[in-house]
Amino acid sequence: MPSAPKGPRLRLPVEWLGLLPFAAFAVLFLILPTMRIVIGAFQSPDGGFTFQNFIDLNTASNRNAYWTSIRLSFMTALLGCAVGFGMAAAVVFGGLPKAIRGPLMTFSGVASNFAGVPLAFAFIATLGPVGLITVWLRSEFGINLRAMGFNLLSYWGLVITYLFFQIPLMILIITPALDGLKREWREAAAVLGATGLQYWRMVALPILFPSLLGTFALLFANAFGAVATAFALTGPQLNIVPIKLFAQIRGDVLGNPNLGYALAFGMIVITAAANFLYIWLRVRSERWLK
Amino acid sequence: MTRFLAWGIFLLGCLYFLLPLVGMGEFSLRMRRGEYSLDAYRVVFADPRFWDTFGYSLMLAAATIIVGIVLVVPTAYWVRLRLPQARPFVEFITLLPLVIPAIVVVFGYIRLYNTSSFLPLTGSALGTDFLLTMGYATLALPYMYRSVDTGLRTIDVATLTEAAQSLGAGWFTILGKIILPNVMVAVLSGAFLTLAIVMGEFTMAALLNRPAFGPYMQLLGANRAYEPPALAVIAFAITWGCMGLMQLVTRFAKHERAKG
Repeated sequence: MPSAPKGPRLRLPVEWLGLLPFAAFAVLFLILPTMRIVIGAFQSPDGGFTFQNFIDLNTASNRNAYWTSIRLSFMTALLGCAVGFGMAAAVVFGGLPKAIRGPLMTFSGVASNFAGVPLAFAFIATLGPVGLITVWLRSEFGINLRAMGFNLLSYWGLVITYLFFQIPLMILIITPALDGLKREWREAAAVLGATGLQYWRMVALPILFPSLLGTFALLFANAFGAVATAFALTGPQLNIVPIKLFAQIRGDVLGNPNLGYALAFGMIVITAAANFLYIWLRVRSERWLK
Repeated sequence: MTRFLAWGIFLLGCLYFLLPLVGMGEFSLRMRRGEYSLDAYRVVFADPRFWDTFGYSLMLAAATIIVGIVLVVPTAYWVRLRLPQARPFVEFITLLPLVIPAIVVVFGYIRLYNTSSFLPLTGSALGTDFLLTMGYATLALPYMYRSVDTGLRTIDVATLTEAAQSLGAGWFTILGKIILPNVMVAVLSGAFLTLAIVMGEFTMAALLNRPAFGPYMQLLGANRAYEPPALAVIAFAITWGCMGLMQLVTRFAKHERAKG
């Protein structure tokens, strides 16, 4: 009799062994490297525990880098959500031909992955000093973008460029959510005498709100962690966190390796907060959209 | 009124997406003064470094895809078959690469696997290539896992396994000959996405100092005028090709299923 309860208890660890390769990969190439950064952020050069790195990080230049990064991510996420929502809503409710939808989704898949170095080239060729639009506006209309203060290698230049992958990501995520709005809800609202605006304000938007806010958080993290586009566009000059960290890893520009850890730790905290918001809100929104 | 507004928004959006594509296409043709020519592409294709870096990234993409398949298919299968209680834990891990920026992960690699560490991977070119492949595998993990897991949902894993076992198949046979072919479409669509990600990746390759396609494009962008947009057109074509192939295998699979 004593062997009966023993059986399953002995089998359990054997089953978990099946996850060993995956767990080893995750520990070696995701968790340990991240832990190294997190621990390093709280270490003094001789290895003791300290908050000094964060105190040293608190300079005008570093604060400015975080602030610019946050503003950039916020603005591109906001505009990305607004324009992406508009385009998705136009296709789902606006009475546009059904044939448009497939190509739009495919294009969104391509464009959301067309980030990084080539994207920067495309915008330099279009809005750069001798780009297509810049030259065209100057020769046809006498509008000199540069004289008007527009510079592609600036905050607003980055915003316009980042939108090229932010808007499609929004379209990809929000279109299924818009499809999930049931026809009956609109009809029920109409029967009760609601106008179109009231339906959106009191029924559709509250249901979509977790999806919208969640996608906003995802876009925010997406922009915050992006390095390649900004680097190819502006080189190492622009003062945003990912570029600064890139320069720090390459050549210790902050003059203290532990400051690099602290800089990276700040990035993890911000993107992790945004992403957990996204995951939590997605779980909430899926309740309605099944 | 609604329809007018919808068309307006949609067309404005299209304009925003089309102009940079037209811009890079047009600029890439402007190398010869006064007329359009394919000179920029000729220069790019004549550059041996283009082919070296392109081939290098392609090889790394293949390695990444193999690592991804070997890692993800057995794990997702095992979780479905025997360890459903491990699902939240595994899913959480697969989402981590979206949470931790790639630049932070590679920063960790550089500090953890440097020449004076317990596993000095960055000490040799081969070791660094291995490290870069693992880095790419983490980038691809969220997409690969979700794709394969969705694929597994459509087949009856338990019955297939029992049937194979009663015919005497071992675990390798079951995974290689039963499970993998059944989720091939999901694996392929994950593989094409991985290819698209790896071919354009810049940060990890640049910081690990490997001669990949992304850093090559960046270097050319800093020094030349007409070749970069030509490269952008090529990169866009690659991304488009990968996405097209993804759709193609999915559509193909639907046909197969409809027939059967």
